[in-house]
Amino acid sequence: MIRLPDPKPDVMARRPQIIAGLARLLPADALITEETRMKPYETDGLPAYRQMPLAVALPRTTEEVAAVLRYCHENGVRVIPRGAGTSLSGGALPLADAVVVGLMRMNRILDVNYDDRFAVVQAGVTNIGITKAVEADGFFYAPDPSSQLACMIGGNVMMNSGGAHCLKYGVTANNLLGVKFVTIEGEVIDIGGTHVDAAGYDWLGLITGSEGQLGMVTEVTVRILRSPEGARAMLAAFDSIPVAGAAVDAIIGSGIIPVALEFMDRPCIHACEAFAHAGYPLDAEAMLIIEVEGSLAEQDALLARIRDICAKFNPISMKLAESAEQSLAIWKGRKGAFGAVGRISPDYLCMDGTIPTGELAHVLTRITELSQQYGLGVANVFHAGDGNLHPLIMFDANDPESFARAEQFGADILRLCVEVGGCLTGEHGVGIEKRDLMPVQFTPGELRLQRNIKSAFDPAWLLNPAKVFPLEDNPVLAA
Amino acid sequence: MITEAALAADIAAAHAAREPLLVQGHGTKRAMLRPVQAARTLSTRGLSGITLYEPTELVISARAGTPIPEIEAALAEKGQQIIAEPPDPRAIFGGDLPATLGGITAANLSGPRRIAWGAMRDHVLGIRAIKGDGEIFRSGGRVLKNVTGLDLCKLLAGSHGTLGVLTEITFKVLPAPEATATLAVTVPDIATGVRAMSAALGSPFGVSGAAMVGQRALLRLEDFADSVTYRSARLREILAPYGDVALTDDAALWRDIRDGVALAAAADDAVWRISAAPSAAPAIAAALPGAKLLFDWGGGLVWVAGPATSEMHQAVITAAGLGSYTLFRAPDALRAAVHVIPPEPAPLAAIGARVKAVLDPAGILNPGRLRA
Repeated sequence: MIRLPDPKPDVMARRPQIIAGLARLLPADALITEETRMKPYETDGLPAYRQMPLAVALPRTTEEVAAVLRYCHENGVRVIPRGAGTSLSGGALPLADAVVVGLMRMNRILDVNYDDRFAVVQAGVTNIGITKAVEADGFFYAPDPSSQLACMIGGNVMMNSGGAHCLKYGVTANNLLGVKFVTIEGEVIDIGGTHVDAAGYDWLGLITGSEGQLGMVTEVTVRILRSPEGARAMLAAFDSIPVAGAAVDAIIGSGIIPVALEFMDRPCIHACEAFAHAGYPLDAEAMLIIEVEGSLAEQDALLARIRDICAKFNPISMKLAESAEQSLAIWKGRKGAFGAVGRISPDYLCMDGTIPTGELAHVLTRITELSQQYGLGVANVFHAGDGNLHPLIMFDANDPESFARAEQFGADILRLCVEVGGCLTGEHGVGIEKRDLMPVQFTPGELRLQRNIKSAFDPAWLLNPAKVFPLEDNPVLAA
Repeated sequence: MITEAALAADIAAAHAAREPLLVQGHGTKRAMLRPVQAARTLSTRGLSGITLYEPTELVISARAGTPIPEIEAALAEKGQQIIAEPPDPRAIFGGDLPATLGGITAANLSGPRRIAWGAMRDHVLGIRAIKGDGEIFRSGGRVLKNVTGLDLCKLLAGSHGTLGVLTEITFKVLPAPEATATLAVTVPDIATGVRAMSAALGSPFGVSGAAMVGQRALLRLEDFADSVTYRSARLREILAPYGDVALTDDAALWRDIRDGVALAAAADDAVWRISAAPSAAPAIAAALPGAKLLFDWGGGLVWVAGPATSEMHQAVITAAGLGSYTLFRAPDALRAAVHVIPPEPAPLAAIGARVKAVLDPAGILNPGRLRA
């Protein structure tokens, strides 16, 4: 289990005054202090960790967010920013002495501009909500994390969320034009705008993916794109993982950038097939889902090229969707992968390391060995084009020993990712989950540098403390 | 050849002596932004060479002093290219040496493809750099998806050497297209040209360049040959309402747009780049009568050439409105006297000063380059 810092005794002792102070800043329904009503906020997408906060604030305006942050700054109270609470790394886990500031009531779309191709939305608008608002006019918002029905754009900005289509469209950072940023002192700053590449330091790029360490975001200006004429998927199954990996290399090497290129191993294929009956080949060791975009003729041409490439690797089977419906069927199993694994194991941990794709066969072999060593099942699904792995480690949460083993197994996988030239997290963030592994990837000097940059924004370490950076050698948190 | 360690030791010595440094690669953009008051020059030009290239992983790494043409040539051998299509600064600034990877990254300079595929900074996956006190650090890595820790790559890309000296950059590349085609629309005025470009960029046809030179709005398609043929025909239908459409295939045209040659600035003109919402372009043009103009990024980038006076500079600032501006080329006297980029609001400037103090505690790296 990962250690949380001790609550500040003086803050705990002042709880009634702090609640009274916040109550003066917010409408009555925007402050929650009863334990029963705070219950939904005690955890996020990493439910193994739970902690009741001091209070929960649910502001409706930027001014209310600024007022709460200013109050917390003046009174030494820690703040936990929260979007929909879908973080898989525990990024929104509360602390006992902290106020959760939830953005879910800031859910309005403020402006949509098709000529300049942007939308201005409040931070609590869901990811899918942006696309829903513009799809009737033929547009979409590109990053599509698998939690997109629930997760909010403010959280996406803070975690620099990815998705299955990053290979072509990039991650959140590549699809932003501006944010309304609130500092811990309660200052409201417009960063970026409706133009690209403002001169000066790229604060937008630094804030994106900062996991709530630097400030909060209340409005976001995103780029919206015209939807492609159509998209279609194909499936290719192989009798070994290295062969599937070589097929991926050959596709990319041929000059084709598929809009998505997903990989599943045998345990994952079986779990998904049992769940979704998508017609996946159960005799395969590895399967690729490859999606292309364009007109029907363009889709045909690209799928034919990819089919010819895959054919050189002795596939067990290949299936080209002939319609949008068949395409959905191919995706159905993949999209339900996490739920499918949830059916065969009471609990699972979803890891998120990235590796150079050339290391794929080596890494998956090592993961299989580790699975045997720890006596825990693992199913692998990942974004093959960009090397972002999602091993799902199966365990039983009712058995603390099983959970401890799962955490160690996961840590070993992430160490392996770094060892082969990759990183700890491709899209889920460090949060609480991977905090203590940061020294595996960064030197003490590099961690000190990042901590000092956080201190430049948040000198007292009130914003989402105890996440991202290990507690050891932390001059502020340890004091 | 020099080593990163030697460069770091040199910077550490300058830090100890409080000795301000002019940080540069080939010095191609010396006349950009404000003049630097430095005791001596610190050059990365000896730090050269490609250190990793994995075409099937779409990743390349090179030392900061590596000339851009050397990288382009290595990529071309494998049928790939730099995504952001960075300009060759020689066209605007003169000089013989080409830009280096470090300089292009530190300036975050991107060409026409930026509007479709992102800026130079968007594709930086990892950096090695030296802080102003001589300490070497890394950020990011060599994989395409990485959210581990704060993204200092983004912060340093575009910082013009004021937050650290880049020593090695790893970035994403893409396959070069099989075919390219350009549709040229002859339009009656700038507003019509911008509307034509918006219509094209808002189409599903993957337009990878949208610029306006004179009376012609130019729309570029890059893809497999059969796709380019199909998309040219469809795009032509979309563009027809805006003016006569002709198909061209002139690679020099896009190079001239990329490098600002198409601006046709006189030798003694100052040059600005304004970044604004594309639909603001006609108003920007109207606010700058007599100036030479070149529109890229669908109208979102306006190159301006005009007299190198503070009055003209003020006119550019007013015209930029809510957008951003950069005084790209001007005589030293003008560059030293004005805001060459927009000032920041006070709370952000305060944060910026603290971040600068973290990365360059003695303030020795390119002092005064961005702001007085």
